[in-house]
Amino acid sequence: MKAAGFTSLGLAVGISGFTKDASLKKIAPAVLKLEINPFIIIDTTSNITLVNPRPDMGQGSTQAVPSLLAEELEVSLEKVLIVQSDGMGKYGSQTSGGSSSVRELWMPIRKAGAAAREMLTTTAAKRWNLPASECIAEDGKIWHKASGKSLSYGELADDASKLEIPKEPKLKDPKDFKIIGKYNKRLDVPERVTGKAVYGLDVDVPGMVYAAIVHSPMIHGKIASIDDSETKKVKGVLQVIKTERTMPHRTSDAVAVVATNWWAALKGKRALKVNWDNGNYAKTVDTASYFAATYEAAKKEGVNFEEKGDFTVKYANAKDKIESHYETPFLAHAPIEPENAVVHVKEDGSVEIWAPIQGPDWALRDVCGYLKVKPEQVKINVTLLGGAFGRKAYHDFLLEACHISRELKKPVKVIWTREDDITQGPYRPGMLSHMQGFVEEGKITGFHHHAIGESIVGQVFKGLKEDEADPWLSEEISTGNNKYQFATASKVSWTNVKTDIPVVWWRSVYASNFGWGQECFVDELAHLAKKDPLKARLEILPDERFKKVLETLAEKANWDEKLPAGSGKGIAVFKSFGSISACCITVSKKDTGVKIDKVVSVIDCGYYVNPDNVKAQTEGNIVMGITAAIKDGITFTNGICDQSNYHQFNVMRINEAPPMEIHIVDSGAVPGGVGEPGLPPIAPALGNAIFAATGKRLRKLPFDINNIA
Amino acid sequence: MAVYNLSLNGKKVKVDVEPDMPLLWVIRDFADLKGTKFGCGMALCGACTIHLNGQPARSCQTPVSSVGKNDKITTIEGIGESKMSIIQNAWIEEQVPQCGYCQSGQIMSAAALLKSNPSPTDADIDAAMSGNLCRCGTYDRIRKAIHRASEQMKVTEKGIGQR
Repeated sequence: MKAAGFTSLGLAVGISGFTKDASLKKIAPAVLKLEINPFIIIDTTSNITLVNPRPDMGQGSTQAVPSLLAEELEVSLEKVLIVQSDGMGKYGSQTSGGSSSVRELWMPIRKAGAAAREMLTTTAAKRWNLPASECIAEDGKIWHKASGKSLSYGELADDASKLEIPKEPKLKDPKDFKIIGKYNKRLDVPERVTGKAVYGLDVDVPGMVYAAIVHSPMIHGKIASIDDSETKKVKGVLQVIKTERTMPHRTSDAVAVVATNWWAALKGKRALKVNWDNGNYAKTVDTASYFAATYEAAKKEGVNFEEKGDFTVKYANAKDKIESHYETPFLAHAPIEPENAVVHVKEDGSVEIWAPIQGPDWALRDVCGYLKVKPEQVKINVTLLGGAFGRKAYHDFLLEACHISRELKKPVKVIWTREDDITQGPYRPGMLSHMQGFVEEGKITGFHHHAIGESIVGQVFKGLKEDEADPWLSEEISTGNNKYQFATASKVSWTNVKTDIPVVWWRSVYASNFGWGQECFVDELAHLAKKDPLKARLEILPDERFKKVLETLAEKANWDEKLPAGSGKGIAVFKSFGSISACCITVSKKDTGVKIDKVVSVIDCGYYVNPDNVKAQTEGNIVMGITAAIKDGITFTNGICDQSNYHQFNVMRINEAPPMEIHIVDSGAVPGGVGEPGLPPIAPALGNAIFAATGKRLRKLPFDINNIA
Repeated sequence: MAVYNLSLNGKKVKVDVEPDMPLLWVIRDFADLKGTKFGCGMALCGACTIHLNGQPARSCQTPVSSVGKNDKITTIEGIGESKMSIIQNAWIEEQVPQCGYCQSGQIMSAAALLKSNPSPTDADIDAAMSGNLCRCGTYDRIRKAIHRASEQMKVTEKGIGQR
């Protein structure tokens, strides 16, 4: 990835209101009029800089976002230099989350590119005294078609910046796209295979010290006493200080071991003796009692999220009905790059940050709130992220570094151990889906999904009322989103079971939980109706896009193929983050378990930038989805996490990765997400396949695929 | 503290560190080569994989005191020389990385595999690569890239042989 500073400025197109940045004020008057978020700068040497408001955690935003610009601006991708946005409000939303990179930036960035193209064309036409209609933009230049003469963007930038920015520039017709929708190699790959890519962990700052953190084993325990006598004997240890782990909803005690290098800090951490006052946390930080409470809650009515028809009455009177409980565990994100941050709180109160974070805008808000400083005093440098999956939009590790640096008045690099990452959370919440449904005349006509568990909205944003259903269900299991039409009655309800275990979004958020219940239960109802699971779905999915996805899947996965006894196929379909994804998994019995023979995924994400990246993300979702189904969950027993590193929180390895095939449905719809929607159908497709092969209906994740009793 | 003379990517490097410091932190923070990554600290994830005398080793579990001055240490920064760049090119051709954080370790393991076994089967790849985790899930492409590199190496060697 190339990076550029803001030096020689010519034309800039961007968001309103960024007049405070001295290096940019030259172009501010032109910029104020076009209300689009991120912005581009074309300098007088034809360099094009894009301020990218989506940190790259592996989802490919450093290709996707500049592609939108390069397409409209008629330049090749290599011509666009990228700087990551720093969180300042002028850049608008800057968080990589909710699979939003392309779906939110699709229009603003294209419009910015098209506006710049029009301004450059107008400028060239004026200079030549020719009609603009005779001039075209191509390859970083404006050309006069008839004469063949041209002017580079750099030669035009200064004059173009004096023009008013067109509010509704003419966008390219998709049929003329040269970059969007085409295979293009990611330009950031070479640096990622040569060790040159800079992640948070790789940042060094002059005068920096290192810190390892001792966290509370029960997460919220208070420090009763500290014995640092052994720690202080470790060569390289400089200081042991009390610090704190600030989560969105509460703050925990912690101890920082500060040293001249991180190995010394880690040794010091291991030698430190802390007595913790754990209060009642052995009971409240506990997964068994949490799940027991969810099953209790399933016996009662929840808060309605939506209801069509009177489900309760219709269900009570139904003849052919079933009821099931589907459970999903707490999960750690466990990105291979652990949480880390470099922070320098300087003597003058200003702050500089280098960190692998998903959203500098959120981070800026949190840092300003925590250190009581103004945004202008904070400079955030977003590095590449060595995986994140939601974890690095939660800033406890960053605020720890802020705290320690403020105490020491030195730049500090905090690195969490893998054990910190796995034992401290936050986690995807474990959830229970209480399902009820019925069939009438061979058709699924009644469906109830009672979603039960800790609310991310409630815990992270402290904002869920007792009588309120979690609003994020709308993105996940609502019939408005997932489009199933149940002719007689349907209902989505919610019960909030609280826990002291910290929770947060994890790749595909609740869809990763509730897809399991929804899609396995549809399968159960299809069998109750004595219908083929695919045909039963098509009967109740009138939406054309869903139909097309399922029909494509049926064809590509050879759904109707006769399989030998002991083999089976399962399907699932789910819409999340604006995209529809369906999956077919084939399994066969092997010894006491089953083997996954093949995974076929289909995705309709509307317009997309790079088909290869859509496939890559879907491959990743297959691996993460199967991992979530058959590898380890996170459990807490009496306040302590039972897993600590990858030997207990196993994730899939290459020898377990099944053959996979991805197909894209070209719907030409508005862009949906790509980073997450492939995940929710994976576990239920696997569960349904196992039922088809063995007759065994699995309802609790994770399960041991080698031992399907 | 003790002084160690190391042979790192063909260069002599002198460091003054504690004897139990893992090579990982010596390489990263004293030799300033950041391509070798920290992931688990227990040799479970493979992100820290380097070559020690041509053999893959987990640098997070290799104390600096166990490495002699004649032991050849190779990291991702040193692997690109000679034919090993074929592997990195295969990684680019197959567009393997997503976040890329684990890929230094993946490539080091793949390089060691291809050196000892120029035509690995899928089973050989499973055996050699299962110590390297990728949370982004790039396994399918890693497999393809190893096969591609294997083919490419044969073509290159044949070319040289015919000259």
